[in-house]
Amino acid sequence: MADIDKVTKQKVKHEVIKDPLTGAETTGHVWDDTLMEFNNPIPTWWLWAFYGTIVFTIAYFIMYPSWPTGLAEKGYLKGTAELTYKADIIKDGKRIVGGGEEITTHWNTRALLAHEMQNDPNELKRQEMVKTVAATPLASVIKDPQQSQFVLAYGKGIFGDYCAACHQAGGQGVIGHYPNLIDDAWLWGADSADIELTIRKGRKGNMPAHKASMTDAEIAQTANYVLSLSGESVDSAAAEHGKKLFNTKGCSGCHMPTGIGMKALGSANLTDKIWTQADVPAAVDAKAKVAAVKTIIANGFKREMPAWESRLSNDEIKVLVAYLKLLSAN
Amino acid sequence: MMKHESIETNAALLIVLTLAAISIGGLVEIVPLFYIEGTVEDVKNADGKDAVRPYTGLEQLGRDIYTREGCYTCHSQMIRPFRDEALRYGHYSLAAESQYDHPFQWGSMRRGPDLARVGGKYSSAWHTKHLIAPRSVVPESIMPNYPWLQDTDLDISDLTAKMKTLKKVGVPYSLTKIEYDANVEQFGEDVAKKLDINMSEKNLMKDAKLGNFDGNPDKLSEMDALVAYLQILGTMIDFSKHDEAEFIKFR
Repeated sequence: MADIDKVTKQKVKHEVIKDPLTGAETTGHVWDDTLMEFNNPIPTWWLWAFYGTIVFTIAYFIMYPSWPTGLAEKGYLKGTAELTYKADIIKDGKRIVGGGEEITTHWNTRALLAHEMQNDPNELKRQEMVKTVAATPLASVIKDPQQSQFVLAYGKGIFGDYCAACHQAGGQGVIGHYPNLIDDAWLWGADSADIELTIRKGRKGNMPAHKASMTDAEIAQTANYVLSLSGESVDSAAAEHGKKLFNTKGCSGCHMPTGIGMKALGSANLTDKIWTQADVPAAVDAKAKVAAVKTIIANGFKREMPAWESRLSNDEIKVLVAYLKLLSAN
Repeated sequence: MMKHESIETNAALLIVLTLAAISIGGLVEIVPLFYIEGTVEDVKNADGKDAVRPYTGLEQLGRDIYTREGCYTCHSQMIRPFRDEALRYGHYSLAAESQYDHPFQWGSMRRGPDLARVGGKYSSAWHTKHLIAPRSVVPESIMPNYPWLQDTDLDISDLTAKMKTLKKVGVPYSLTKIEYDANVEQFGEDVAKKLDINMSEKNLMKDAKLGNFDGNPDKLSEMDALVAYLQILGTMIDFSKHDEAEFIKFR
């Protein structure tokens, strides 16, 4: 260090001014009569850390894909690491993941993902469990402690990603918009095959508006009748009129003469005290209850469940059905 | 070791050395462009047409609302090739999927979820409800409300101007018969019709009417355009018909 100092001092044109208090070298600039700036060297540890980053860069440049030029084979500095994965095959328009020939390539994140999906122990365990659940009859899945545990854990993830946005995190739904999935009442059928079809193809529900075909009084009478089906205390005279209207104005066509609904149309069971559109449970009194039902009869509504077939695999849909069954059973 | 002072006090030397240092960075970035044949994947449908198409007029206006409202400050549109992202969001994003984006919306901030594959994930009715009041459907959401989208008429006065501008930067919208025919060749007739600037306003009205994205068929609102855009995101490629190796080759 002493030698370097000597050489530097010879080259520096201005005179070296030292700080009178500490004796340390300054840059020679003086502000406001007395203010000076130390000319301390950079700390040694910092300097070596800086050189270290340069060495790191060179190592990184060589080990990882870095500079896609004409220097290396096929025009690429591909790094030293390699990855092996199996290509997919497309058969009858369907993809079989990892069903094709083995390919070895330079390290890159896309190949790494394919490699992990085919080799990572946790990923393989997940895939194996999904396959097991898919191959087991639903009733056995629900009884088997290991499988039901897996379905509850993994299904929660799928449900959270795809279903919870509408049906809410706990599956409780939103009255007036999205059906409750944990009350074990299913608009489109309670069988696992029905639920699977709902997830796979989606559903479009449509209740027509009746304000053009019925007077306000008629709608109120029908609302009274509909409420009476679920055991609400109503104006019995109005309900009696409503019953006739229910069967003549088209209600019974979808909801059946007894009001139990029809799964082919997704029309609600009106007798089970479960309200999916009219928010009867939130109504403060009998009048508000009638008003809530009236709105639905007058305006109708449309509901749509998206189709998930193209996003979720068959096996994932099976897990989801099992999850829903477990959810409503709990 | 040379002291910096000798460089810093010699302006000419400082300029030369600065240029040398900068040009290294420049060369590292520029030189590869002369060697790489392509970084954008060439994704074809079964019929041999391009899978990824430019946005329709309605979707493009929706995209402009997306950028205007700053959605990109919280939502990325870039699914990375990681296992956790594959499980949550779906297939990683391809360069091909944002090739007609000017500017792309990849982003790096995820205060909200990634939106690269949000298309078709939720119903349009859900999107409308969610954009007006996010907490009405997702109680734990921190997203702001955007109620004006539903009330504001969509401004389509500059639609053709916008499409012409995008055409200038390389988006294959068509003005002439020759360009239209080229689009038929590249995308098929149905898509080529949507990319015809001469028909853009008519197409937009038709798309909005048919899609009825905001649930109000009588009004062409900003909500219509934004939801139309959200519903197309990440849906153009059917990954179940492609071999992964096809995409890995591009790395």
